[in-house]
Amino acid sequence: MEVLVNIKEVITVQEALDFIQSPECGGQVIFSGTVRNHTQQRAVLKLFYECYEAMAISEMEKIAAQVKEKWPIQKLAMLHAVGDKYPGDIAVVIAVASAHRGIAFDACEYVIDTLKETVPIWKKEFFADGEIGV
Amino acid sequence: MGILLFGAAKDIAGVPVLEKPAHVNNVGALKAWLYEVYPSLQQLKSMMIAVNRSYAVDMQALSDQDEIAVIPPVSGG
Repeated sequence: MEVLVNIKEVITVQEALDFIQSPECGGQVIFSGTVRNHTQQRAVLKLFYECYEAMAISEMEKIAAQVKEKWPIQKLAMLHAVGDKYPGDIAVVIAVASAHRGIAFDACEYVIDTLKETVPIWKKEFFADGEIGV
Repeated sequence: MGILLFGAAKDIAGVPVLEKPAHVNNVGALKAWLYEVYPSLQQLKSMMIAVNRSYAVDMQALSDQDEIAVIPPVSGG
């Protein structure tokens, strides 16, 4: 399995899609997480993402190793953005390619669910009413 | 090496790095010391400690060479 793991200011769906292209793969599944303009009916101005980069990369690599154990996936890209992000901006992209679609859906969901539980990245919410939420 | 703080833990302590007291020799003792010095940390839903970039259990010993970090509930994605 080939893996791309990256944390940076700006990420795009296209770079993940480019990475997972393979003539052996008939299924590409992409999850893109974007910034919502509200949290529980409160208007959100922006999010600020902070990360413990060295450990975050290491935890993302652990997730990739788990995927490799579970499914015969050919390619996996895991990208996360940091810094100020505004409604509509892309915060996270997971892209998976495999010979057939079924396991690509399963692996993609597993990666985003696990990333949200274990990878040391934090968002701070800046609301329109001036409040800041963690 | 200092103790790195992130997210809500950094906001509560007011600093990004703390000095590890000499008597703190394992993860459990570190948590107890942090809760004593910064009682507001108890309001976090969870507080994990990472040693050398991996989540650590309370029994894990700490040395001055370790990279130690306080990990409040993560919220990536």
